[in-house]
Order: sequence, then C-alpha cells, then structure tokens
Amino acid sequence: MKYLRTSLHEAHCIFKCKVEPNATIGEIKSMFHKSHPQWYPARQSIRLDPKGKSLKDEDVLQHLPVGTTATFYFRDLGAQISWVTVFLTEYTGPLVLYLMFYFRVSFIYAPKYDFTTSKHWVVHLACMCHSFHFMKRLLETLFVHRFSHGTMPLRNIFKNCTYYWGFAAWMAYYVNHPLYTPPIYGEQQIRLALIIFLFCQIGNFSIHIALRNLRPPGSKTRKIPYPTKNPFTWIFLLVSCPNYTYELGAWFGFTLMTQCLPVAFFTLVGFIQMTVWAKGKHRSYLKEFRDYPPLRSPILPFIL
Amino acid sequence: HYEEAYGEARLKCPHVALKQHRKPGFFWWLVLAMAMMRFYIQKGTHKGLYRSIARTLKFFQTFALLEVGHCALGIVRTSVIVTGVQVCSRIFMVWFVTNSIRQIQNEESVILFLVVWTMTEITRYSYYTFNLLHHLPYFIKWARYNLFIVLYPLGVAGELLTIYAALPFVRRSGMYSMRLPNKYNVSFDYYYCLIVFMLSYIPLFPQLFFHMLRQRRRVLHGEVIVEKDD
Repeated sequence: MKYLRTSLHEAHCIFKCKVEPNATIGEIKSMFHKSHPQWYPARQSIRLDPKGKSLKDEDVLQHLPVGTTATFYFRDLGAQISWVTVFLTEYTGPLVLYLMFYFRVSFIYAPKYDFTTSKHWVVHLACMCHSFHFMKRLLETLFVHRFSHGTMPLRNIFKNCTYYWGFAAWMAYYVNHPLYTPPIYGEQQIRLALIIFLFCQIGNFSIHIALRNLRPPGSKTRKIPYPTKNPFTWIFLLVSCPNYTYELGAWFGFTLMTQCLPVAFFTLVGFIQMTVWAKGKHRSYLKEFRDYPPLRSPILPFIL
Repeated sequence: HYEEAYGEARLKCPHVALKQHRKPGFFWWLVLAMAMMRFYIQKGTHKGLYRSIARTLKFFQTFALLEVGHCALGIVRTSVIVTGVQVCSRIFMVWFVTNSIRQIQNEESVILFLVVWTMTEITRYSYYTFNLLHHLPYFIKWARYNLFIVLYPLGVAGELLTIYAALPFVRRSGMYSMRLPNKYNVSFDYYYCLIVFMLSYIPLFPQLFFHMLRQRRRVLHGEVIVEKDD
C-alpha cells in the first residue's frame, strides 16, 4: 500500500510510505513523526477529506473507505499540552494564591495586617472549604478522571490559568480582607451554606467515580451513565451532567458562606460556562444514543 | 471607530433592512452637525456646546445599539463581539464620562471627538446609503477610506484627553466607587477603572487602525473585500 500526504494549505506531497492493511492511524502518525520530528503525533490531525472530521488513532486502515493507495490530508493542530498538565497547573494556582491571601503575606494588605489572622471564624472555614475543593480537584485529576483526549492546544493553558488564578486572587482578596464583613444572618447562614457545600462536594465526587467506572482503564468508549447504588448518583435520572450541577451547588454554597460579590460573580460565570458544556454534552449524548432517557435535562432538572 | 466591524455587519445584513436603518442614522448625525455649527456661529465659543446637543447625542448614540443589535441577529458571533465592544466604548464615553462629569463638558477635547465622530459617521452613512442606491460617487468612497487616517487618531486623542481631564474630578468626588467595609465585600474604584479603560486603547487602537488600512488598500485598488472570521 502506498500513501500520499498533502498539507491542507499547500498542495504538495510531503510523505509517502508503505504500510500493512491492518495498521492503525496511530501507527501512521508515529511513522510520520519520525520523518517530520517537529510534528509529534498529538499535533497531527489526519483526515480523508480536507474538510472532513479528524480520524481517530484507533481506526484501522482496512476498515476505512480507501483502496490500495490512499490519500490522507494532514493538518497541524499547533503546539499541544496534555490535559493533566493543564488541570494540575490551573488548580494549583488557586490553592496557593488563596492561602497567600489567607495568611496575609506582605504587600497584599496594609503592613500592619501582615501575617495576622482574621477574627471571623467563617474566614477560617472558607479557607478550609476552598483549599479542600482544589485539593480534591487535584487528586481527582491524578487518580480519578479518564480523559478522552490526551492533549489540548497550548494557548489554552494561558487562558485557563488567567481565569482560575485571576478569580481566585480576586475572591481571596476580599474574603481575607481585614475589613471583611461576615454574612448578615450569621451562624444560620454559614451552617446552611456549609451543608450545601459538603453535600455537593460528595455529590460531585460520586459522579466522577461513577463516570470513571463507566470506562474500563485505557479505553475511550462512551456509554450512557445511569444511577448506581450511591444515592448521590440518582440525579442521573433527571440530569445529563450532574457533575456540573453539583459543582454549581458547591460554589453557590461557598457564595452563601462568604457573602462576597466576587464569589457570586465567579459562580455566575462558572454556571454560564458549565451550562454551555452541559448542553453540548447533552446534544452529543442524544446524537450518539438512540435510547437516551428523555426525562434528562443538561444541567438543571427540568429547567436547563 | 467601529467602522470596519460595521463593514463586516453590512456584508451580512439583508439589503432591505439596511436601507431602513441607514437613512435615520445619516439623518441624526447631520442634525447633530448642523446643531453644532449653528451653536458655534451664534455663540462664537464652544463653551456650552456640549450641553446644547447632549440630549440628542445620548438619544441616538443609544439608538446605535438597536441598529447594531438588528444586524447582529444572524451574524457570526465574532462580528457581534467586535461591533458590540466598539459601540459599548462610545456609549461609555457619552454616558459615563461626558454625561456624568460636568466639569469636563467644556473641554476642547470633547469638541474634538464630537466633530470627529460626526464627520466619520456622516461619511460612513453616506457611503452605505449611496452604495445601496448603486450610485456611489467616487469622492464619498475616497472620503470613507482616506479621512479615517486623520480622523481616527484625532478621535482617539479627543477621547483620551477627555478622560484624562476627568480623572481629578473623579478622584475628588469618589463617584461610582464603593469602599470597604460593606455587606457585599467588594470594592470598586472608578478612577482606576478609567485608567484601565485608557490603557485598553494601547492594544486595541493599532489593531483597528491597521485593519482599516488593509481595507483601504483592498477597496481603493479594486479588490474584492473578503471578510475573514478569525
């Protein structure tokens, strides 16, 4: 078998090779990488048609609509970075930054407040919750999540880190400020907020475990998630992406706990972004699975 | 300075709807130009000129929102963002700077950007209207794609000088600002907000200006404009 490769933007052949019919796209990408070292497999997009969809690494040559000679089109996806790296970086920032504000490191507040602690116990509670949340996210990234895609474009790390680190600093500045005002309804409000927060943290974790168990190790199969014995997963009956629902709930709880407008704003922006993601995921579930449960909404039961 | 974004919007709007919207816009800016000239001829000074045209200006500058909104329905998202940002910056100038900070209303820089906006808009609307009627005199095309070279930087200078003049008054009065402690646990300083707004001209102005220069090269050399959505 012979293969021609042409670049999408220049019509010249850049690579010719001979392969077995049972070779996978992944193997072809490795061969291509050997002769063109600047294009590692993660940044190669191989397709049968210049405007078509990218072929998967697992696709086998003989199962594709090609003859004895096949022409593939290559597109450079740009510098790539692994999802794990991005997640670890974007979550470590808020964890560290918030603690810096909590301990009132120099140059943040007036010098007389350096390394003092807040007199409000809700501020200590908020620090514990915030830190717990991001520690949980880091551990989930390392041990729980199974990623469909290995990499994303490099520029995403700058965009994502600006978002997470920026908001974390903005929120932490006000919550840990010497002139912070605790919630109006005092202990009642804080207690309720804490319950909501913890409930949603457990819920969010349960969903992540359930989603992980849907997919055997190393595989990239997609299945419809269903409720399990864990009551926190029963929300799958009503929602396609309950991980986002619980995440929203946790941040709502944190907003209630701190009564801080920047936190409310962060919750709102997160809600908008997660709704967009949830709707996309919901749509692709509906497209992929004929028998998808009709009662489910993307993120909020019956509403959104 | 939302010319080229408007250009993009125009290409995608149906002609019928455009005709209805272009004519009023042209009319408003002509009215404004005449009001300004009449004031200056009668009074011989620019002091008080802003006050006399303030209501008209606020009215149809806000009207521009509707016009853009109309075109935005059915347009690719990027065009909406670009157009939206630029209309918003003009509305910000009119409502949050010149309207709210009375002390700067007699500044020369205000007259500068008002004159620039008026000239730009009249040229632009004439261009669109004549284009739609398929009777475009060359001098209007020439004006649209050449005057901006002078008008755009002058307009930016007028806007920036106005905001700069307003800064001390904002600082002293503490307007639109919120300090700690308060029950929302947030603070906002309008003074620094204005400074950030001024700094935002640094990345934005060159991009828009060079875009217009590229447009100019294409149009005046007879090439077809192909708007590329990034």
